[in-house]
Amino acid sequence: MTNVIEAEQRSFMTGNEVVAWAALAAGAEFMYGYPITPQNEIMHYWTRLAPKFKRGFLQTEDELSAGFATLGGVMAGRKSFCATAGPGNVLMQEPISMAEMMRIPAVWFIQQRGGPSTATVIYSQQETRLTCLGGNGEGNRLVYSTASHQEVFDYAIKAFNNAWNYRFPTFVLGDGYQAKMREAVTLYDPAQRGIELHGTSRMLGRSSKQLDGQQVRHYRNTFNIEEELYETLMQHIADWDHMAEEVVEWAWEGDEEPDLLLVAHGVVSRAVYAAYEHLKSAGYNVAYFRPITLRPFPVAALQRAAGRCRQLLVAESAYGQLLSLVRDSLYGKTCAPIEGLLRPGLGITEELVVEWAQRLLARVG
Amino acid sequence: MERIHDHDPAMPASWNRATKPHRFCPGCGHGIFLKALGEVIDELGIAERTVFGCDIGCSLLAWDFLNVDSVQTHHGRTVPVVVGAKRANPELIVIAYMGDGGGYAIGAQHLVNSAMRNEKITVLLANNTVYAMTGGQMAPTTLPGQTTGTTPYGRDPDATGQPTLGPEMVAAITSNSAYVARGSVSNYPRLKQYVRQALENQLAGRGFSFVEALSGCPTNWHTNAKQTWSYLDDEMTKYFTLGEFKTPGQAEGGEDK
Ligand SMILES: Cc1ncc(C[n+]2csc(CCOP(=O)(O)OP(=O)(O)O)c2C)c(N)n1
Ligand code: SF4
Ligand SMILES: [Mg+2]
Repeated sequence: MTNVIEAEQRSFMTGNEVVAWAALAAGAEFMYGYPITPQNEIMHYWTRLAPKFKRGFLQTEDELSAGFATLGGVMAGRKSFCATAGPGNVLMQEPISMAEMMRIPAVWFIQQRGGPSTATVIYSQQETRLTCLGGNGEGNRLVYSTASHQEVFDYAIKAFNNAWNYRFPTFVLGDGYQAKMREAVTLYDPAQRGIELHGTSRMLGRSSKQLDGQQVRHYRNTFNIEEELYETLMQHIADWDHMAEEVVEWAWEGDEEPDLLLVAHGVVSRAVYAAYEHLKSAGYNVAYFRPITLRPFPVAALQRAAGRCRQLLVAESAYGQLLSLVRDSLYGKTCAPIEGLLRPGLGITEELVVEWAQRLLARVG
Repeated sequence: MERIHDHDPAMPASWNRATKPHRFCPGCGHGIFLKALGEVIDELGIAERTVFGCDIGCSLLAWDFLNVDSVQTHHGRTVPVVVGAKRANPELIVIAYMGDGGGYAIGAQHLVNSAMRNEKITVLLANNTVYAMTGGQMAPTTLPGQTTGTTPYGRDPDATGQPTLGPEMVAAITSNSAYVARGSVSNYPRLKQYVRQALENQLAGRGFSFVEALSGCPTNWHTNAKQTWSYLDDEMTKYFTLGEFKTPGQAEGGEDK
């Protein structure tokens, strides 16, 4: 395969453009897509770049088709991916459910948008629950929530590698703000950073040479008895639990016994981190926690961070989707009150977080 | 003691003997359609590079029917899965096998758009005029007056429309490089010939190929053998014309040749 990025290169570009470059660098071979803002430019950049590197693209009739065609591409042995948002993410839950049950390592880029079809397209974390736990399954997925363009690039490469390694559908969860804003990013060839790209294998349609001595494969979504489904699912869940230990990621900084622990994910965590630094330098006893994988959620790490805190503030551009993940993780582990700065579909600034934090800190002061 | 396998009936090499006898009801049309497919795969020598996709509906009972790589997908979504595989790996020969509900109702947008894009895939659709697997509800192809689980007083075309004419629709929207036909399990040699032409069209890399087969469902029709064949031959053919609707390079037809 042609080298996509010859030498490390500092660039200034939008998040969607970063996704296209990252997918190329990660060895993605095929994208299937259907237009929806704010992910359109992923397709625009991909379709411009793909022919130069002998990669493919298909614009389908809807997201159901894009999602299922992605599964077909992966099963035929190609690193394939999809990008969508909002109502497209809703439609994609059906193919994602099939990917979970058949262990198809497809990769999705989700650029969250606010509300139903059609609403707003910039600030939103309203697809947190859907991306982590949507579909009619048990949420056997891997979801990275990115906060910067550098992370979009780094985690896109990781997403393809871990998808093919663990064989669960894998997501890079961004939002309209990350998709559309420009910022600096370093693009690199993974090999030059010592990152080995995971190989592919065909699930379907092996050549006659490969067929020799190998059994024909029959993949199915149908189960004859409850126990058969149960056993298959429990095996997937055991595999997922094993993966969870190896891939779970978070960021944590600050006091071990803080008066206030600030929690946020994705782009909102940037405002929250800035607020944390502001409060810290103003002499407050605070800490900051950010889940990077939302699925698996860094439960043990959050329990450690929150175990001796006096109160928590969860900030998100949704009405309690991260908050419920936090509450679930801490159930029975802390008596500290958990407050929510919940602004569904709205941006969250450093100033707003500082204002809320100071009010809460005054309570325990 | 003699074992049943000492007297294995002849069956296509591309059939998976381990799963025979198959799971379809006695008298079902699906097995005949799949016999035609199996024989054609053998004759064309394409088992190694064939990918068989089947839908939800009684077609799913074929998930391990063939001795070729197979994937059973979701209801109506077999077409996009095989489209994705074919686009990613054009040397594959891909088949989407489904019922009338899967192809003409829940997956209609995929059938229409893959035909419009002239995807180099083969779609085989068993038209049994009902949603068989779910217990015999009205399908897009249910005949006027036919009683089903959701038309207990007979299908009323004023309220629910006329039977969907799939091959006619596909023929109308495809380019001249498509192959489109309607056969019947009651005329096996003709049906097999259609399946062969469909796969040959894909092998030649020409374009979309589509074969609908009129197919019996005695279980949901509540018919005995004689009534089943008579429903296929006498009732269904009043609405569904048999024949080739499009052969590559030729104009639309509809006549039984
Ligand atoms: C999304 C979805 N909707 C509904 C069903 C239920 N369902 C299973 S089979 C079927 C109908 C199948 O009818 P057809 O496609 O004509 O196939 P047949 O069984 O007649 O061969 C339906 C509606 C389903 N499995 N998935
Ligand atoms: S219910 Fe009808 S279509 Fe299904 S296997 Fe039985 S006869 Fe065939
Ligand atoms: Mg049917």
